[in-house]
Amino acid sequence: MPLFGVEATFWALLGPFVAAALSPILAKTLKHNASWLLAIIPALAFLQFLSFVPGIAAGQTYRASLEWVPTFNVNFSIYLDGLSVVFALLISGIGTLITLYSGGYLKGHQNLGQFLSYLFLFMGAMLGVVLADNIITLFVYWELTSITSFLLIGFDHLRRASRRAAVQALVVTGGGGLALMAGLILAGYQGGSFEMSELLNSGDILRESPYYTAIFILVILGAFTKSAQFPFHFWLPNAMEAPTPVSAYLHSATMVKAGVYLLMRMQPALGGTELWMTVLPIFGGITLLIGTILGIRQTDLKLVLAYTTVASLGLLVMLTGTSDPIAIQGAVIYLFAHSLFKGSLFMVVGTVDHEAGTRDLNRVGGLFSLMPITGIAAVLAALSMAGLPPLIGFVAKEVLYDGTWHVMNGGLWTGFALLGNAMMFALAATVAIKPFFGSKVKTPKVAHEGSILLYAGSITLAVLGVVTGGFIVSVGHQILSPMTSAVLGAPFDEELHLFPTYLSPALYLSMATVALGIIIFMYLDKLRLIVAEILRTIGWGPDKGFDQVVEGIVRFAGTLSNTIQTGSMVRYMRATFVVIALVLYVPMILTGNWPKLEGFGSLYVYEWFIAAIAAIGVYAVVTARYRVTAIVLLGIQGFAVALIFLLFGAPDLSFTQFMVETLSVVILALVMTRLNLKPTDARSSRAKLFDLSLAVLCGAGISMLLMSIVQLPFDPTISEFFTQYSRTIAHGRNIVNVILVDFRGFDTIGEIAVVMVTGLAVLALIRVRPKSEGNSKSENNR
Amino acid sequence: MNTLIFRTVAPYLSALMMLFSVFVLLRGHNEPGGGFIGGLIAVSAFAIYGIACGVSAVRRAMKYHPISIAASGLILAVLSVLPSIFYRQPAMTSQWLELPFLGTVVDLSTPLFFDIGVYLVVVGAISSIALSLEERAD
Repeated sequence: MPLFGVEATFWALLGPFVAAALSPILAKTLKHNASWLLAIIPALAFLQFLSFVPGIAAGQTYRASLEWVPTFNVNFSIYLDGLSVVFALLISGIGTLITLYSGGYLKGHQNLGQFLSYLFLFMGAMLGVVLADNIITLFVYWELTSITSFLLIGFDHLRRASRRAAVQALVVTGGGGLALMAGLILAGYQGGSFEMSELLNSGDILRESPYYTAIFILVILGAFTKSAQFPFHFWLPNAMEAPTPVSAYLHSATMVKAGVYLLMRMQPALGGTELWMTVLPIFGGITLLIGTILGIRQTDLKLVLAYTTVASLGLLVMLTGTSDPIAIQGAVIYLFAHSLFKGSLFMVVGTVDHEAGTRDLNRVGGLFSLMPITGIAAVLAALSMAGLPPLIGFVAKEVLYDGTWHVMNGGLWTGFALLGNAMMFALAATVAIKPFFGSKVKTPKVAHEGSILLYAGSITLAVLGVVTGGFIVSVGHQILSPMTSAVLGAPFDEELHLFPTYLSPALYLSMATVALGIIIFMYLDKLRLIVAEILRTIGWGPDKGFDQVVEGIVRFAGTLSNTIQTGSMVRYMRATFVVIALVLYVPMILTGNWPKLEGFGSLYVYEWFIAAIAAIGVYAVVTARYRVTAIVLLGIQGFAVALIFLLFGAPDLSFTQFMVETLSVVILALVMTRLNLKPTDARSSRAKLFDLSLAVLCGAGISMLLMSIVQLPFDPTISEFFTQYSRTIAHGRNIVNVILVDFRGFDTIGEIAVVMVTGLAVLALIRVRPKSEGNSKSENNR
Repeated sequence: MNTLIFRTVAPYLSALMMLFSVFVLLRGHNEPGGGFIGGLIAVSAFAIYGIACGVSAVRRAMKYHPISIAASGLILAVLSVLPSIFYRQPAMTSQWLELPFLGTVVDLSTPLFFDIGVYLVVVGAISSIALSLEERAD
């Protein structure tokens, strides 16, 4: 593949996976400095994506494709337009900084290599999500992000909370992923293409499809779970159990935005309907308010940020859901700004935690003089988050107010946005002011500025917030407007300004936000107590609900298996044979196809002889006094059957039957000696009668089934084929063996795999010792 | 059951059966036989040896853990499916190599290795079951 151009993007997609393979090796030799070397890979990918920006700004889109499973319309195809390129830039760019930061944060950690490896796996998956054109490719990468995030959240796997958070994130996002798969496939069939780029240009096909509602529900389930929308928001704050680099990367800038990406991506194909413009803004708005309110409650800096992330995601969903050009422009700018400031703030909090030994709001203070660079980063990022000029966060807020105002002349969405933004302002102020200003508080560790690895990322992103704010005109023209156009599915290029050029409603709303935000900030401690009190009164949340659902499933499974699996072997056998009898007789009774009873007179003498052996065997088994004797006598049956096979020209079958019969007698006898069985039968005569009739019924049923099969006209096509080609194609004269190893060899692979697994399972079962001897004895005596 | 005669004969008997199992395995492509039957014969050989001389003797004789033997058989069978891919044929297409050997021609083929894989899986898995049952019975 070429090293430049569109096709080279495949290398950029492959790069993180290569880095993932290299990380453990490099981390072993270079320790934390490995991240300098490894950061080159995402940096190169970043440059590759950057090279598309001018073309995309000029209105071009790029596509490249590799064949994967062409039979099922599954291709490995990528699509680069305004939306995907911005996401790819954020993922690779912030990824570069996070790689460095991880080196600093986990300096000296013995599993640093493993951590970086997971991180790169995630990066590769995330790039795949945003670049994939084929919807199956998209889905595969989507699931890969869920799995890698599971690994990252559970990185500190010795802690119970980590494991729980990891499982919870996987269940919620993985479950949503399944819904998404169904939705995407449905959309693919309805839209007539599995390529996203074609679906987007297919006009109203999906909106007018009778399955629109189904597609819509399935797709937003995928998006809402991934992007932590109410009522699935609970997994995101729990995911803060992950090391801070993970939170900074996955849970602010990338993975949680995958849901928003999906909604934005599908907006031209699914958006604009009443359903879309009602459901999305309502859930987004609720998430925005819930996120900020729960954020106020927290004193852990990282959790404050986590809840504001939930809120921001809600805001983005709300804006995307309006399908209004200006609101979407607002969403786009906000998304961009949010990735910068939230990534930076997470890194700041991580650094504070790393250096001061705590990230509790009430136990840090006055750190600015000790950690000036981190402090500056915190202030700049928080200013952007609060939406103050001259940072890009301000532009975002202006445009989004403009948008919500435009949609409904002020209505509900503006109210949501105003309240949410005001609370976000207060929380931003808290995050920047509390740790760094005010009186010094004694922290567990004596804080000082960390290594360059620790502050490089946060200060870069924070400064970028200023730079992009300053050059908003060209940033808007080159990056943000093309993205908006892609989300809208129509060209959009409105000039952006850092400072409003006229007195718009947006400016007044902005002022109201600041005023309200300052008030909230001043009364934050009181509000926190009030929110805590309310939450305590409610006493239930989706997080608890998740536990209850999981517990419920476990309890249900327990009850079910206790009901079905009583542990009594006799009952299992009876159930099995009753089912066999039903399967045998019900079709014969329903169709009336009973076999004709004829052809019994013409048996040869030796055939009667074998039948007699079998009959004697049966009699001997039934009258045997001891179980072991019965098992050995059962072997007589088997040998009689083997003889029949031999007589009717199936030497292979007969051979196998002999061996199987011998071995099963041996193994059964061994099992018998191991079980604590009474040597004789202890069933009551009623039970014996029942079992006897069941046995006769099954035996007669099988005989009749075989007879009706034999009485069917024989179709020789397959056997003729095998006879004809066994020698010529497969070089073998023994057709049975040729079928086993060649013609139907694939079946054999499956079968030997089953044999292998059975062997393993039996071994494991034998090694299990019964928990209480008395219990198992009483069961076995039956 | 564990008479002196049996204990004396069992090693020779199982050795013969092992030999026979390999014979049955190899001739399977043209005459009755094959990996599955061969494997069962070999397991019977181990069973006899085990009944006569004890499980630990069998384990020593097998050298590797039975499950490892089964696993290597499965791997061998799966590997034997792959070579055709390198000739751009569908997986599992049989490949034949005719080697002249001491005046006769020996046909080596991927189905042969596949069958050996089947043999090993059967030997490993079933003798693992039989041995572990026998072990606790002692």
